[in-house]
Amino acid sequence: MTVKLKIWRQKDSSSKGKFEVYELDNVAPDMSFLEMLDSLNQRLVKEGKSPVAFDHDCREGICGSCGIYINGRPHGNDHRTTTCELRMRGFKDGETITIEPWRAAAFPVVKDLVVDRSAFDKIIQAGGYISVNAGAAQDANAIPVPKHNADVAFDTASCIGCGACVAACKNASAMLFVAAKITHLAQFPQGRVEAPERVKRMVAKMDELGFGSCTNTRACEAECPKGISISTIAKLNREYLTAKLKD
Amino acid sequence: MNKLNAKIPDGPLPDKWTTHKTKLRLVNPANRRKLDIIVVGTGLAGSSAASTLGELGYNVKVFCYQDSPRRAHSVAAQGGINAAKNYKNDNDSIYRLFYDMIKGGDFRAREANVYRAAEVSNLVIDHYTALGVPFARDYGGLIENRSFGGVQVSRTFYAKGQTGQQCLIGAYSALSRQIDKGTVTMYPRREMMDLVVIDGKARGIIVRNLITGEIERHSAHAVVLATGGYGTIYYLSTLALNSNGSAAWRAYKRGALFANPSFVQIHPTSIPVLNDHQCKLTLMSESLRNDGRVWVPKTKGDPRKPNEIPEEERDYYLERRYPAFGNLVPRDVASRAAKERCDAGYGVGPTGLSVYLDFRDAIQKKGRKYIEDNYGNLFEMYEKITGESPYEVPMRIYPAGHYTMGGLWVNYNLMTTIPGLYAIGEANFSDHGANRLGASSLMQTSGDGYFILPYTIADYLADEIKTPKIPTNTPEFDAAEKEVKDRIERLMSINGTETATSFHKRLGKIMWDYCGMVRNKEGLEKALTLLDELKEEFWKNLKVPDTANELNQELEKANRVADFLELGKLMVYDALNRRESCGAHFREESQTKNGEAKRDDENYSYVAAWEYAGDGKEPILHKEELKFEYVKLQERSYK
Repeated sequence: MTVKLKIWRQKDSSSKGKFEVYELDNVAPDMSFLEMLDSLNQRLVKEGKSPVAFDHDCREGICGSCGIYINGRPHGNDHRTTTCELRMRGFKDGETITIEPWRAAAFPVVKDLVVDRSAFDKIIQAGGYISVNAGAAQDANAIPVPKHNADVAFDTASCIGCGACVAACKNASAMLFVAAKITHLAQFPQGRVEAPERVKRMVAKMDELGFGSCTNTRACEAECPKGISISTIAKLNREYLTAKLKD
Repeated sequence: MNKLNAKIPDGPLPDKWTTHKTKLRLVNPANRRKLDIIVVGTGLAGSSAASTLGELGYNVKVFCYQDSPRRAHSVAAQGGINAAKNYKNDNDSIYRLFYDMIKGGDFRAREANVYRAAEVSNLVIDHYTALGVPFARDYGGLIENRSFGGVQVSRTFYAKGQTGQQCLIGAYSALSRQIDKGTVTMYPRREMMDLVVIDGKARGIIVRNLITGEIERHSAHAVVLATGGYGTIYYLSTLALNSNGSAAWRAYKRGALFANPSFVQIHPTSIPVLNDHQCKLTLMSESLRNDGRVWVPKTKGDPRKPNEIPEEERDYYLERRYPAFGNLVPRDVASRAAKERCDAGYGVGPTGLSVYLDFRDAIQKKGRKYIEDNYGNLFEMYEKITGESPYEVPMRIYPAGHYTMGGLWVNYNLMTTIPGLYAIGEANFSDHGANRLGASSLMQTSGDGYFILPYTIADYLADEIKTPKIPTNTPEFDAAEKEVKDRIERLMSINGTETATSFHKRLGKIMWDYCGMVRNKEGLEKALTLLDELKEEFWKNLKVPDTANELNQELEKANRVADFLELGKLMVYDALNRRESCGAHFREESQTKNGEAKRDDENYSYVAAWEYAGDGKEPILHKEELKFEYVKLQERSYK
């Protein structure tokens, strides 16, 4: 099949970007979306042109590196799918595909489709952990954790930090990302110890880094490739209020 | 002169590590903060080492090529992590875990190291659980275990099919805590380009800032490489696309010995190649073989759809050849058996290079719900990629390059042959012999970082407490930086017509054909010539676009492929030298009548550690004899 690609090109963070259009033929339906871009890049390099920069690594939907706005949606049209898992069989022959980087003030563009998501790391550094040094832990079975809590912890810890939630949100809010971590760590008795401090610090850091507020549109939940539920945001709000009330 | 002193402590096997620890010197807390340690890589090995060293009060600098430490490829491990907890009361023990690993590795690993890995495994599970890693639990709230990788006990801790992701998020959170505290400084989007050795000691690294292209110098009192394996040398593999062997290769060229480079695990259950554009092979967890049955048609080139082929016309070749273990034989055995059938013309799918993994019987017997609960996410992943539902038609699978047992040679203290340079996790060679058992890589890599390296590195640093901060304006740093810049300049200026990816594909094919699942003398010798030719062509006809002073992913690839072209040759030398079959290394010349691997303990019971002898020269072989005091060498039979 043949596709027409309308791609955001931007040399670096200080340059102005613009769309460029490329036609690509010999696209196989079995190809992944990123393999399709690889094949465009191979052609561009051979033509002496600058290839399209994009982040990627594991190519199996788990590392969270990739993240492209495709036809107006983060990670494209498929439900619960990262960009790298997307297959070309989901596109039509002759289709024009619009390809953009994440758009959020807290995620500045580095080059083309590559953005700087280090703000997420900074939020985790502000308390997204349980304080235990190596060697200090007791036997793993010393603290029973109800299966339900363990399952919730698993579901929320399956966040891959890709940033689709922020990209999907009209306010570029990081609430789902923060809420997932807060909910994950709140499931364990040892995670409760620092819970009030954790939620206050992480929320303050999120605000400081320029993420917007949550207005409950649920766009984040709809686009999360790992299906993290917006109910975590309710949990976050509850944890935050409880912590603040104790101040 | 024998360069290899493994420093294995004396005494009975179960006491070695305990006794050794009492002899390792300590560094007092006030001195620790004056000591700098560089850690390269942030997978489970790098993150665990960095956070633990930070907790101890050292001044740690961590580097990764990804935009965040959380993305390292440990994240993709699916099946689980082993420990000898004996929570199932099935008579598991440290000794049994040790024994399974030694046997699984086909008696080509060091007893003392493997025993220690099994010994610290329980601490690893305790630590991850405390960090909030959500291992599967039963309704009583206690942790569940499953059987994995053809062993007779249930010792595998798991978090659905995402154990690696969940563990790495735990390790990353501990690392983040140290970054917050200021004991660890994180340098993401940096790629190690060279190691700096001063007066024979590892003193720093040269890195390229992948955003600006700037070449940076970083110094330390010790350097830890946690840079993973080099399985992407095959181009198509289960690894992340940017995983590479360059850091280890740079260390090798600076004098670190490289051990058993040809020991590469080919994983039996990956989704097969679908088209020419394919850049990676996606793994389907080994756990699927607990319920799936592997087969091919009994008739060559049978044109019928799998579900139309009646039971008596199917060849369940694993069950036929290995009645005792059946579909659960270890990875190397399962991979070779699949290749054997496909080479003989019985393979299925458009390319003939795949076999069926069929869940029909399990669905009939245990119900669709059971299969969904256990493998739902994997089935979904398979369907996304292939467009076929494994509930309806059998999966098609084929082996793919996966894990490198080989790596930098290290002694019992995990130090390479360069003083002050350590290698941990997959980057070293030490614990898996010639074949790794499932769920033991997360275990080993975390054990190295949390509970072994932090103790052993202190013994080295105890001599460094009077060494002031290492300056980066020395002639050694100047020279290393110049070499890096010259090489980049050379890559940029070739201006040929072929891309790095294209060379990588061609390299991968040579390695897969001649130094993959099956090797022989003739093929390996041919590979040496082909690799020389390809290297020459690479340096004449490579095309790298843009400039070196910006984000340039083609340049990153070119750098890695340049190293792979050389590392490939070392793998071939190693495979040529080892004229026996053991574990994943199968030499056609050394097989039993039934086509099984035939070890030669008399002549090859050693670790082959290779020394760099200069560009274009044959590497020098050093042998570390393996002494087995506690286990009896036997034929590794799964029949």
